[in-house]
Amino acid sequence: MYYIDPHIHMVSRTTDDYQTLARMGCVAMSEPAFWAGFDRGSADGFRDYFRQLTEVEPARAAQYGIQHFTWLCINAKEAENVELSREVMKLIPEFLDCPNVLGIGEIGLNKNTRNESIVFQEHVELAIEHEQQILIHTPHLADKYQGTRMILDMLAGHTGLDRSRVLVDHVEEHTVREVIDAGYWAGMTLYPVTKCTPARAADIIEQMGPDRLCVNSAGDWGPSKPTAVPDLIMEMRRRGHTEGMIQQVVFDNPYQFFSQSRHFSFQVPNPETRVFDTP
Amino acid sequence: MNASQILEREFLEVRAKILEIAASLDRMDRAEGDLTLDPNRQLLDRGIDLLKSNETDRAEQVQLLFSREYNDGWQDDFDLQKRT
Repeated sequence: MYYIDPHIHMVSRTTDDYQTLARMGCVAMSEPAFWAGFDRGSADGFRDYFRQLTEVEPARAAQYGIQHFTWLCINAKEAENVELSREVMKLIPEFLDCPNVLGIGEIGLNKNTRNESIVFQEHVELAIEHEQQILIHTPHLADKYQGTRMILDMLAGHTGLDRSRVLVDHVEEHTVREVIDAGYWAGMTLYPVTKCTPARAADIIEQMGPDRLCVNSAGDWGPSKPTAVPDLIMEMRRRGHTEGMIQQVVFDNPYQFFSQSRHFSFQVPNPETRVFDTP
Repeated sequence: MNASQILEREFLEVRAKILEIAASLDRMDRAEGDLTLDPNRQLLDRGIDLLKSNETDRAEQVQLLFSREYNDGWQDDFDLQKRT
């Protein structure tokens, strides 16, 4: 089964991972801008990172028949520095015409602070001004519930926002309902310790239904598993879910969400000509 | 899958998870020091109590137990201007 991983940080993965993902059916992915494992010292560091996301990774992915898309922002962790954040946000418009940019993301909260909230609001305003879709990071562990509610409060204040063009990511059992009920898309991140397991994600799909729900691997610097989406496919098959239902979650939903971006130009690959091995 | 099929499929896995929790608690209790008043240990005990509930939202309740409280006046506390 072909699938799309809507949230995976390939800058932190090896080329071997691209090959493995291609072999497992990944045909497209989107990579939100995030923390690089260290705090960058200047806006120029972000300019280079945005070039990596818009030039280097699409080319690396294409070698294995995977289409790479991206989202741009300064992540919540580094957003505590408001002055730096504003310098970085000034850079973003020059990259919005790059052919693989889907929107602004992953913006959000990390420790639910005042500064993070200010930068989040300014990112939302930037997205509205440039008619961009938004992908949102919600905090982890004990901060998730509070942070998700704060994010929903802030989004509700923007009357010009089209909720169907916003995805709130890393939802779990205690946050998914409010996100979906408010009209947003929701993402579940399959992550070994701090987020959701494939079994729990399947539980949530069974309880909520598959509409506006996506699943992703995050695949970042932490102990994550880039092939987590195929793990969910396996789990749903073991439970007896139909191929159509599984495909809705792992392919049709991200496809539908991304299709609202003017840069999402995607061709389902021909299996006979698709590249799976090292070129 | 019906309830019996799920139980059959997951029995050994759940048994192993219970065993891990039991061993972790034993390890803490064998070590030097008293955790009776430690807030994190108390949270774990409350989490274990939640598992004995008959409700079908135990996972959500455990998540909420381990979550910071939400204050709907947070924007006023931060002195943040609400957007329109």
